Amino acid sequence: MIELRDLTRIYDGVAAVDHVSLTVERGQIATLVGASGSGKTTLLRMINRLVEPSSGQVQIEGRDTASMPVHQLRRRIGYAIQGVGLFPHQSVAENIATVPRLLGWSNAQILDRVDELLSLFQLDPATFRDRRPGQLSGGQTQRVGVARALAARPDLLLMDEPFGALDSVIRAKAQSDLRDIQSRLGTTMILVTHDIEEAVRLGDRIAVMDRGKVLQYDTPAQVLAHPATPFVRDLIGPSERVYRLLSLTTVAEIAIAGDAYGPAIPRDLTLREALAEIMRSGRDALPLEGGGIVTLAALRARSAR
Amino acid sequence: MSRPAILFALIGLSGIVLPLVQFKPNRIAAGEGVVLITGFGWGAAVALGLAAILVAGCWAGWAALTRLAVALLGVVAVTLSLGMAARHLAQADNALARVSPAGGFWLLLLAFSLMFGDAITRLRPSAVTRWLILCAVLVLIAVVLATGLLDGVSVMREYAARREPFLNAARTHLLLGFGSLGLALAVGLPLGMVLFHAPRIAGPVLAALNVVQTIPSLALFGIMIPLFGWLAATLPTAAQWGLSGIGIFPAMTALFLYALLPVVSNTVAGLSGVPVAIREAAEGLGMTRPQILMRILVPLALPVLLAAVRIVLVQNIGLGVIAGLIGGGGFGSFVFQGLNQTAMDLVLLGALPTIALALLAGIVMDLLVDLSQRRA
Repeated sequence: MIELRDLTRIYDGVAAVDHVSLTVERGQIATLVGASGSGKTTLLRMINRLVEPSSGQVQIEGRDTASMPVHQLRRRIGYAIQGVGLFPHQSVAENIATVPRLLGWSNAQILDRVDELLSLFQLDPATFRDRRPGQLSGGQTQRVGVARALAARPDLLLMDEPFGALDSVIRAKAQSDLRDIQSRLGTTMILVTHDIEEAVRLGDRIAVMDRGKVLQYDTPAQVLAHPATPFVRDLIGPSERVYRLLSLTTVAEIAIAGDAYGPAIPRDLTLREALAEIMRSGRDALPLEGGGIVTLAALRARSAR
Repeated sequence: MSRPAILFALIGLSGIVLPLVQFKPNRIAAGEGVVLITGFGWGAAVALGLAAILVAGCWAGWAALTRLAVALLGVVAVTLSLGMAARHLAQADNALARVSPAGGFWLLLLAFSLMFGDAITRLRPSAVTRWLILCAVLVLIAVVLATGLLDGVSVMREYAARREPFLNAARTHLLLGFGSLGLALAVGLPLGMVLFHAPRIAGPVLAALNVVQTIPSLALFGIMIPLFGWLAATLPTAAQWGLSGIGIFPAMTALFLYALLPVVSNTVAGLSGVPVAIREAAEGLGMTRPQILMRILVPLALPVLLAAVRIVLVQNIGLGVIAGLIGGGGFGSFVFQGLNQTAMDLVLLGALPTIALALLAGIVMDLLVDLSQRRA
């Protein structure tokens, strides 16, 4: 469990982060979303003390981070950034081995761990182990960057716009891969993004930030359904809000008994995709594979919440 | 038509027309010029051959490798012609007579060396090939010198009379060049690293080093000779430590000061050139400052650091000549002795090895910089 208590960082008399308190439960993903200059990156960097707080506390599993030697703290926390920052003079394996080596793991342990991580990120170890970062594509570079951050099995992974350099197709794939890996490893993650779509897709909880303050910290459904301030409403985008809300739920959750004509849709489709299918095919209700139907009226009721 | 080759041909042809050597009754008297064609028995044939190569070289269709071989042949032929002319002209009955290389020789050598360099550039040789070419050229020079083919030439006769002092001068010159480089690295690298972490003082320090760099060497000696002389006379142990107003101490100090700016500024530039994302990643992963410096920044800045070594080495081997002026030894002592005696052959005995050394250092360092860039 990560607890931020009353964290403040002041630059030249102006608070970049202003009395922020929030808690991230173990194994959850919290996304920090806001415009540039909202203080989200500064907040993230105070957690591994790349930025020292002006006041306030960060506690990891009940321990105040200020009491730990800074290098040991950082070696326990994974860190992946937008530019990725792979070391160009080292091979992929050497890059991934950075923190284990700093921690003094044995060579055999390190080799095993590197291969394990490469496989986890769908990179063939034999092919990629000895490559230089310059020989990787954008998506591969990003994956190696995250693999490096996870190498020493950190309890916490901090990510700053990790998908910022990827094009939209690769980005969607990278996001769902990250979710898979996170649920498999159970790593707690805090992820900074300026993209509300990404925040909603990845976050168990979303912290919306503006001018150094957290305006709302809640589940994606709550943030979308009940924006705390006009700023949050604007950030979500009034016209997009309905679709974002619909994309959080699968059709199986609102299915009712009944019959409808036409081809059946998979049960794990989101409401947003179901709505698109209703519009496209001109039907009022869609049958689900394995029984039940989802109706336009039900979708309407859902989006009015 | 190959345009550079036309230039080489013009240079070379004028070299054939101008005197190849100066024939002098003794080492300081004015001499008379002798052209290649009449220089020795085969002179006319060699001149014709060289002219043919130069003119034919203007045709662009030659393979780079052929061009390289022909250029090398030209360089060797010109050099051997010098030796032959010296042997032919300086008859045994006149031990005082001297045969010195003249304008024609230098122009011919220049023309074929340029052709050689041009051919290497066209060949785009791999790193290994370039090392091999360098070694081959060095071996060739050693063979030509060892076989005594050039022993009749005035410079070699000056050398023959000064074997021992020449070796001493070579030793001193290398000590000056590499010693000042070592000192500059020992002081400049740490200083550059400190300035990199403290950008606020970097500006003033670099500006001060820049000022040092602009002081002419003679002016620098003008300041140092009385200062060090006074220190050596006043401080009881200073003289024992080698401190003195003239000699190798002020020479080494001057070269060290001149080397400092390139080393420090390249260190700062090289470290600053590492992308911020890489530095932040290293920091975020929990590397300590010394670890970031030694494992990340220095390896990535290596090409820039080696470039500084190259600049300093070439600069200080050349500048090292000035040590001869204040009794510091090195090849400069021959240059200044020669100037005093108006014996140009003696000047050449100091100048030629200096140029060769600087050229060699430059080429070797270029190859090393290239190697380090491939690694990074």
